[in-house]
Amino acid sequence: MERNLILSFESSCDETSVAVIENGDHILSNIVATQIKSHQRFGGVVPEVASRHHIEQITSCIEDALTEAQVGYDDLDAVAVTYGPGLVGALLIGVTAAKTVAFAHHLPLVPVNHMAGHIYAARFLKPIEFPAMALLVSGGHTELVYMAEPGKFEIIGETRDDAAGEAYDKIGRVLGINYPAGKEVDRLAHLGKDTFDFPRAMDQDDSFDFSFSGLKSAFLNTTHHADQIGETLSREDLAASFQQAVVDVLADKTVRALREFPVKQLILAGGVAANLGLRERLTTELEAFDQTELLLAPLKLCGDNAAMIGAAGYVFYNQQKFGDASLNADPSLEFDWLASGATV
Amino acid sequence: MKLLALDTSNQPLSVALMDDDQLLAQTTVTVHPKHASYLQPIIESLMTSVHLEPEDLDRVVVADGPGSYTGLRTAVTTAKTLAATLNIDLVGISSIASIAANVFTEGQLVTVLFDGRNDKVFTGLYRIQNGVPVQVIADQHTAFDQWLPQLAATGEPVVVLGDLANFRDRLAAELKTNFMSLPAIMSIPQAQQIGRLGLNMTPVANINGFVPRYLRLTKAEADWRQQHPEEDSGNYVEKV
Repeated sequence: MERNLILSFESSCDETSVAVIENGDHILSNIVATQIKSHQRFGGVVPEVASRHHIEQITSCIEDALTEAQVGYDDLDAVAVTYGPGLVGALLIGVTAAKTVAFAHHLPLVPVNHMAGHIYAARFLKPIEFPAMALLVSGGHTELVYMAEPGKFEIIGETRDDAAGEAYDKIGRVLGINYPAGKEVDRLAHLGKDTFDFPRAMDQDDSFDFSFSGLKSAFLNTTHHADQIGETLSREDLAASFQQAVVDVLADKTVRALREFPVKQLILAGGVAANLGLRERLTTELEAFDQTELLLAPLKLCGDNAAMIGAAGYVFYNQQKFGDASLNADPSLEFDWLASGATV
Repeated sequence: MKLLALDTSNQPLSVALMDDDQLLAQTTVTVHPKHASYLQPIIESLMTSVHLEPEDLDRVVVADGPGSYTGLRTAVTTAKTLAATLNIDLVGISSIASIAANVFTEGQLVTVLFDGRNDKVFTGLYRIQNGVPVQVIADQHTAFDQWLPQLAATGEPVVVLGDLANFRDRLAAELKTNFMSLPAIMSIPQAQQIGRLGLNMTPVANINGFVPRYLRLTKAEADWRQQHPEEDSGNYVEKV
């Protein structure tokens, strides 16, 4: 097979990333400039600050990605870029830089949905077999995605309010944990017990949708009430109870979805896919599904990065799904919903 | 020297291609708010119209601020990426000077106002010398009522370009006959002007470090610095 090289860009939130990906499944370089320390000053991502950091970093990331991969522009076959969803001003830096590189070197431009990128982080483990399903859990999204064939992504359920990662950050703040709180809540949860029995929202509902705002409110009410009466609650037990409720809802809905949509693989991806409690639980649940293999996105590639964009971009490149010079950022880009009544 | 000049600092978008001081082609659009969609296609069609390929370019000149933050980042990202990826020269020109350069009256003082809302302006004062605007008072973000006395203090006629709607009455009252207003078209950036100004300037040494001159911190950053005067406001981004 001829060697295919894609230069990929990701700048949808607080990471500027540029990667060089070989044949869609091999990382030659994956430069990630993270702004977390900057936004920690403000307790969360400030969009204008994020945009300013992206433009500071973008060309140095390109240079480092090519140098580390030991390739030049002449070696490249395409440029891939996240064009949504995300923060519009942040997305625009990657989109503009990618369009410029594509133009300057006469390369095709491949627009990539950021969420497709997250799913394709699993491609670095092994080839994706179809039909497949993905549980995507991040700071901005929580959704179940059905993939009938390469390049096709259809939502079968999503959060109706907060994303799971968003809920982690909000309750993390109450526990005195700075954004992004997921990792520390996960650690505390492993030290505590589920003693508070927070509500499992929509767990009995027939849909595959999620809801986390009720859980968040129950958590906040519990801690607020304890503050008022001067009672000190165990942070470990609070974290364990919160995480157990999140994991229960995610796992139950996913299991139900797998029964209705038998697939060859279940992919866990997105920033919250790094959560050990969730990885452990899905691993256990999947033991009951002989025909379905569990692909846990590699821990290093759960957060935002351009390598995953290159992996997804390779699929679209082969399908000749190219963008042109007018490509714009689409901050609210979403997969389509699975057509109702569709047979699978 | 083949030169590409870009200005998307505000609502107008202007792109020019030049061969030394000769204008090859220029497009200026004043009605599209979405520069991110329009800039690259306009660059490509202009290049095609004069039979230039990207690798023919020797230099990129960009209006680098002040102006609309998103607008500035569109042209600056394009310019710095193009310069870095083609390994060619990059020059940044003040977005205020870009418009002041529309005036050719030798010795004339020119100021340009970008309305920054809440009666603030992004502005600067220039004098036309040997056909180019030379800075008299540095570009800045300031309350209009603090800028106006500085214009009056020159005691000279001042051409005022840019966003005049909210300031015209006070300009006329304070500067009286020294307030010179010109037809609105003189306030529209023409990229050939920054091309002309940037033709012989020393290119930026560190393209990777090139960023817009916003002239204003984000509110979050300003508040944080006020609360943490002891902290170094240096490097908060790290490659991992």
